[in-house]
Amino acid sequence: MSLLRTLETGLRGILGHRLRSVLTTLGILFGVAAVICTVGIGTASADSVNARIASLGTNLLTITPGSTRAAGVFGGAGTAASLTMQDVDGLMSKDNAPDVGAVAPVVQRSEPMVSLASNWTSTVQGSSTGWLTANARSVASGEFFTQDDVNKHALKIVLGSTTATNLGASVGDTITVNRIPFTVIGILNTVGGQGFQNGDDLGVVPITAAHDVLTGGDPNSVQRILLSATSGDTVGSAYQEADQLLLNTHASSLGSSGTPDFTIQAQSSFLSTAQSVTTTLTILLASVAAISLLVGGIGVMNIMLVSVTERTNEIGLRKALGATPGDLLRQFLVEASTLSVVGGLLGVGAGLLAGVLIPHFTTIGVTITATPVLVAVLVAAGVGLIFGVYPAARAARLAPIEALRAQ
Amino acid sequence: MDATLGREVLRLESVSKVYGSGDARVVALNDVSLSVHPGEFVAVMGPSGSGKSTLMNILGCLDVPTSGRYLFGGEDVSTMSERELAHVRNRRIGFVFQQFHLLTAMSAWRNVELPLLYRSAHDRRETAMRALEMVGLSNRVDHRPNQLSGGQQQRVAIARALVTNPDLILADEPTGNLDSASSRDVLALLQEINASGRTIVMITHEHDVAAVARRVLEMSDGRLREGALVT
Repeated sequence: MSLLRTLETGLRGILGHRLRSVLTTLGILFGVAAVICTVGIGTASADSVNARIASLGTNLLTITPGSTRAAGVFGGAGTAASLTMQDVDGLMSKDNAPDVGAVAPVVQRSEPMVSLASNWTSTVQGSSTGWLTANARSVASGEFFTQDDVNKHALKIVLGSTTATNLGASVGDTITVNRIPFTVIGILNTVGGQGFQNGDDLGVVPITAAHDVLTGGDPNSVQRILLSATSGDTVGSAYQEADQLLLNTHASSLGSSGTPDFTIQAQSSFLSTAQSVTTTLTILLASVAAISLLVGGIGVMNIMLVSVTERTNEIGLRKALGATPGDLLRQFLVEASTLSVVGGLLGVGAGLLAGVLIPHFTTIGVTITATPVLVAVLVAAGVGLIFGVYPAARAARLAPIEALRAQ
Repeated sequence: MDATLGREVLRLESVSKVYGSGDARVVALNDVSLSVHPGEFVAVMGPSGSGKSTLMNILGCLDVPTSGRYLFGGEDVSTMSERELAHVRNRRIGFVFQQFHLLTAMSAWRNVELPLLYRSAHDRRETAMRALEMVGLSNRVDHRPNQLSGGQQQRVAIARALVTNPDLILADEPTGNLDSASSRDVLALLQEINASGRTIVMITHEHDVAAVARRVLEMSDGRLREGALVT
């Protein structure tokens, strides 16, 4: 039987059984489209969850001073003024601390702020240019102050979004902080609550200006130091480096018990949460995709198996009329592969269309990547082919008279 | 005795067919010998279980004998491969079944065309149309089987058997599913085809159906014997 005639016979078999062909195609179509959609939605959700976790600052370290001790009474962690700008400079050295990225010293005070429209009291932090990175923050509008501003003790302030809203201030306005006029040069991105603090209700000014006009006191002293590791993987070594460096420089002030006068905290709880959430999401995604494929595959398998049983008679007749097992096998191969390929392509089309329509009409995000599309098409088409051809191949080996008698 | 002088269409030499083994062993054909010559119309009669279906399967190259030789047109088919048997069925035998076995998804002429798909044939549509004309269904070529009466369906099946111009038409209870009027039609058609020189072997269990044949064989318990010759 020639190739052309095999194709003709196979395609006529498809057209002659429209309902069966449509059902098979639909089965593959929905299987493929479902996998593309669910994996797309899952990937988008995982991305957004991971982005939110990263915004919490999983690679951040906070160094706080030790406790004051006056007449045997401990003032509690952070009360001692043991951290200095020399510590900050030491941590910024790439030689001593290669895994430390940004370093930001912080002094802070609660200050009344007044704008033309309103007034608001909130935390004002004095810091350096590393503040953004060391807090995993960014500027939503305007800009952050520069090293030049720090050197010049510039009276510039960057506001959190809540503070800016409450003051009715925007970039370029002048507000007073503790009756000193500051120029608003930027508004921070919105992050929501960070622990027990509202990360959006604060102002940030150059640390030099803060020492001058707000906190006063020793310009060399800082209340705490924020660090960011160069990546989430180097948090451990950054911790070691900072710890070692400060132990060396603070050796003289170690207590009699050898207790260091500082504490380094890693956001390790965030880190382990982030890792377990990512693992859970990956497992969830994989199982959703596997179940979609399984359901789609079983649907295709059922239709193929039923249609072959239904066609045993036809197989017997064709054999009696002179078809060889090879002829029949090729006929079913043409039928099954045509349906599988058409169904698979339509499924990809439907999946991609849904990937455009779902985010358009809902708030659900869909991220479509190549791998699930390929795997879905290969599995669905493979199931269609195997269950289309294998039972037919078995039927083709039946003695024609038995196949003819099958009802 | 003219027919015996021509080359035999088929010849069975001591053919036996055994199914199963041990206690379940069934001898369906027991040492059957038979010669059929060109132009004959042979009816094989017998009650159910007598082995006539097995005989039909062997004659139609749908099954191979356990022992003995089967020569079709002088060629030994009892040792042929499945592929070669398919070739013989396609080129040299036309089948007519009790249940018609038409493909319901196809029009009458597409059904008649089927055997031509498994050989190199040109003008398949014209050849199929000619066969349908021979059985008097030129006006029904585009009808689906479910739009035709039982008698018409069997005539489509006969056209399908004729379309390859076979050496032998093998009819298995061709009137078994038909009412008496349609049966007469179909039998008349078979007689007409035989009169034009085509060899026919027909299996039946009805005497009045067998009566249209010129030679009647009777099967019982796997053995075949020559019955009354009818003219």
